[in-house]
Amino acid sequence: MSLEGLKLAVPRGALMAETLDLLDRLGVDTGEIRTNDRKLLFKGAGLISMRPSDVPTYVEAGAADIGITGKDVLAEQAERDVYELLDLGFGPCRMVFATVEGDDPAAEALRRLGVMRVATKYPRIAARHFERTGRQAEIVEVKGSVELAPLTGLVEGIVDLTATGTTLRENGLVIREEIAASTARLIANPVSHKLKAAAIDRLLERIRAA
Amino acid sequence: MIHPIPSGTRDVLPDEMRELRAITEALREVFEAGGYGEVATPALEYEATLTQGDPAAADPAYKLFDEHGNVLILRSDMTIPIARVVASRYAAAEPPLRFSYFAHAYRSVRPQRGQAREMLQAGVELVGAPGPDGTAEALAVLCAGLDAVGLENYRVGLGDASLYPRLLDRLGVPAGARPQILHELVTRDFVGLEREVAVHGHDELLRVPQLRGGAGVLEGVPEAAALRAVYDRLEPAVAERVIFDLGLIRSLGYYTGAIFEVYDAALGAPIGGGGRYDDLLRRFGRDLPACGWALNVERLHIARVGESRGA
Repeated sequence: MSLEGLKLAVPRGALMAETLDLLDRLGVDTGEIRTNDRKLLFKGAGLISMRPSDVPTYVEAGAADIGITGKDVLAEQAERDVYELLDLGFGPCRMVFATVEGDDPAAEALRRLGVMRVATKYPRIAARHFERTGRQAEIVEVKGSVELAPLTGLVEGIVDLTATGTTLRENGLVIREEIAASTARLIANPVSHKLKAAAIDRLLERIRAA
Repeated sequence: MIHPIPSGTRDVLPDEMRELRAITEALREVFEAGGYGEVATPALEYEATLTQGDPAAADPAYKLFDEHGNVLILRSDMTIPIARVVASRYAAAEPPLRFSYFAHAYRSVRPQRGQAREMLQAGVELVGAPGPDGTAEALAVLCAGLDAVGLENYRVGLGDASLYPRLLDRLGVPAGARPQILHELVTRDFVGLEREVAVHGHDELLRVPQLRGGAGVLEGVPEAAALRAVYDRLEPAVAERVIFDLGLIRSLGYYTGAIFEVYDAALGAPIGGGGRYDDLLRRFGRDLPACGWALNVERLHIARVGESRGA
């Protein structure tokens, strides 16, 4: 009962290992979730595993009381009605604007065509960034590897998340602008935040101390 | 044949309607017993009339032109229309005035989110009864209504819209820094709030809005004195439903004091809410304190069904 009956949405992928390490330090049994990567729901431990971008959906609806996901996901889904309680500090990465190395094709497109095409998995963050900086951009939403888009002439630039920049470099892309920094965050459902206030506050204290 | 209806709207068929009626009839009995006479107002109002009450609060999703070119809006709640009714039809009536309603309200929706464009609200407005007594009465009617509907595990979150602004005053936070601080609070981002208040060096700015729980959380917060006064006037059956939440924020701009929201563990979102709006009637020409609340009948129904399934 180390989560005191709270249901926690665990992100699969890049944030998962450090999330589970944190849960170990809190005394949550992560044995089963570590060894079984097909199972999704671990009732005994109070854990539900899912894609990071689904965490706000489950938490907003109350299907999970609390969850862990990246600030990048929260920024992209800014309208979700969830509480952002704590910066967990792990999983640091940056949202960047990148184009192919050499002369910046996006700048040229902007100058000569008045608009640049930008591929991203984060259409709202990208649109907001170019609006804020006064540039016209046509946002192309892609689901898979964003790096492919500028190499094939689909777009002039990309907005994507990078931790080390290795994937960008290997594809001949250079970072032109940094848009935002991101780390893992603990979020809570607004109703659980009231009805399970004591359990959530105790968990926050233990995470801060862990 | 497929004949679509707008997203966020729906048809109600007899089985569901019977259950919704059972809920609204139970509420209606409680409203009548408390002296809250039922009113109906037009779904369409002149924009110029409603924005007089609160330019921001009206914020209607649907505007249209009538045959003379006047701008009409579909009401987004019942509080402002009832404020208009009080000022124009009860201009000389002796307060307090008590009204109830069952009415559809209209809001804009975000795509693919399952949000309702048209929602059935049941609520009351208590006009001319200042806090804390008026607030306590509104809360008592709220709990009586929820009890009559048969909801068992509901709780009422109780906060104060003026609490945080007064805290900022007491701590002397400069006016220029406040919009960003309030933005973090409204967007429920305590990570952002911590960053924004760090430069002011007052731990209370971060600690107070995270206080939730029993009456004990009011201790040591001078701005919570008004909430304490409300609490002292609640019957035990109502008081035991209350969870104080010193960070509670409601999206409508006209609230001036106590605010509340209704929760049930069977639903991830509030079932309804309300609060005090002591300045709204004055803008319509009758300077009376008031408070009220509205329940979303469809959400109430979902919570009721969820509870009976043992959620």
